[in-house]
Amino acid sequence: MSAISRDEVANLARLARIAMSDAELDHLAGEMDVILGAVARVQEVASKDVLATSHPLDVSNVVREDLVVASLSPTEALSGAPASEDQRFKVPQILGEE
Amino acid sequence: MSVRNSASQMAAALANKEISSVELTNQHYEQIQAVDKDVNAFLYLDKEGAIAQATEIDKKRSAGEKLAPLAGVPLALKDVLTQKGVPTTCGSKILQGWRPPYDSTVVSKLKSAGVIILGKTNMDEFAMGSSTENSAYGPTHNPWDLSRIPGGSGGGSSAALASFEAPLAIGTDTGGSIRQPAAVTGTVGVKPTYGGVSRYGLVAFSSSLDQAGPCARTVLDTALLHQVIAGFDPKDSTSINQAVPDVVAAAKKQDVKGMKIGIVKQLSGNGYQKGVENKFNEAVSELVKLGAEIVEVSCPNFEYALAAYYLIAPSECSSNLARFDSIRFGLRVGDDGTKGAEEVMNLTRQAGFGREVKRRIILGTYALSSGYYDAYYGSAQKVRTLIKQDFESAFEKCDVLVSPTAPTTAFKIGEKANDPLAMYLNDIATIPVNMAGIGGMSLPCGLAEEDNLPVGFQIMSPAMKDDRMYLVGGALEAALLSKWGKPILDFAPKLAGSK
Repeated sequence: MSAISRDEVANLARLARIAMSDAELDHLAGEMDVILGAVARVQEVASKDVLATSHPLDVSNVVREDLVVASLSPTEALSGAPASEDQRFKVPQILGEE
Repeated sequence: MSVRNSASQMAAALANKEISSVELTNQHYEQIQAVDKDVNAFLYLDKEGAIAQATEIDKKRSAGEKLAPLAGVPLALKDVLTQKGVPTTCGSKILQGWRPPYDSTVVSKLKSAGVIILGKTNMDEFAMGSSTENSAYGPTHNPWDLSRIPGGSGGGSSAALASFEAPLAIGTDTGGSIRQPAAVTGTVGVKPTYGGVSRYGLVAFSSSLDQAGPCARTVLDTALLHQVIAGFDPKDSTSINQAVPDVVAAAKKQDVKGMKIGIVKQLSGNGYQKGVENKFNEAVSELVKLGAEIVEVSCPNFEYALAAYYLIAPSECSSNLARFDSIRFGLRVGDDGTKGAEEVMNLTRQAGFGREVKRRIILGTYALSSGYYDAYYGSAQKVRTLIKQDFESAFEKCDVLVSPTAPTTAFKIGEKANDPLAMYLNDIATIPVNMAGIGGMSLPCGLAEEDNLPVGFQIMSPAMKDDRMYLVGGALEAALLSKWGKPILDFAPKLAGSK
């Protein structure tokens, strides 16, 4: 039995906001099945009494003084934008017509 | 002075005014002009910026100003670090033409030290890969044999060093992307302790694993560059606020008498090429001759490191790469006035990301989704704890750990391109270091007898004890150099047109 179906991969692509052709989905579904089969072995040693490590450093709540420092000008901040207008990022429509 | 000299030799010649930085920089551009059509190490050359920088250094030197040790020496920068006004692509189409409006901290430090940045080097897209074949701009070729891979993801940086296009380079290492390219090209690369070098301006792939580091052709040159880029940075909240260990002094010391060196039992045997193991064992014998004590250590959970890595790194990448949304920078596809933002985003990410990046985003999205989180991402995080514990108990018995850097020498371009799992196995010996956030170095230890290609020797040190890698690396390098009679890169076939 496969670990993941083509439909599940299509749903993941939708969640990840990546359009995929049928050919891409067919290919990826096969690969994902093989990769998941291989990485699932982490479960062999991940028993309940082992704590999780999310990060190599034991740091939390790193804060700094709230000071005004030099920052990017609006022109600099917008310099890489595909489209901009009136010192703002210009985006395609975000609401439907109806 | 030739492009084949070390960075330290170049720095000395500059200091003695035997050569100017402009002349030295131009020599390197000539070498790039001659060989890079075959090697393809560079994605972008900033000749104008570099010559301006070199002119400035020469002026300061003539005026008698005190300059930093590497002032005026050229460097190749991996295209994953931002440099103000210079295109930064991360090897991806989605960032084609993007010119960042700010310098990464690594670049700021290089500039303050007077290091000349020649240009940006090729890499696997967003640093995902072990061969540089995943670059959207074509693969880089290994100077030892142009039909082979230069390692990855930092194959551009390693190939630039091995083809004498630059004496220094910057890499980044998430699962081995500095060390494995160094191993397969006969160069030196160091992944510093996590938090040792600022990640500000390093385009994130897997934030808890990514670390920028120095690459060069000798251990001392690597140490000199390490000293330039390391140190606390308030702009990176995971930067360690401690003094940088004196890696330069360690590289020069060349004394390992009485040091305890641990061989990791799990990082050998099945899957490791015979010639790789032979050269590794010969290097260990050299260390014994120098007075080091060898201890065998067992790290049983390393067996699970690769599986855990290929859950953690994709999980973090699926989140980090969400920023490529076609709104704020980079590519936008399909915005013809009839489509909504989400559709434009979908089309942009389809067109802008390559296969490996998509594969990892999907894998990470799966591993983080509700219902699968505990079984995949959660379990991988537990394995991370077990690997850290393995290192902790190993370092109770020894000062450093050693292993081969990569299981094989450089393979042929295309050989593993359609088998992601086979490709992932390249990182089997380098990944544990990233999982625990400790330091790792690769330096050349000889040529494998089967194929006459370079083999890498990995040295691992506890967190913030990076000087130990340089101590052992410097001593081993000197011993091997006297055994070989010349630097390892002198055994490589000469590239057409090369100096």
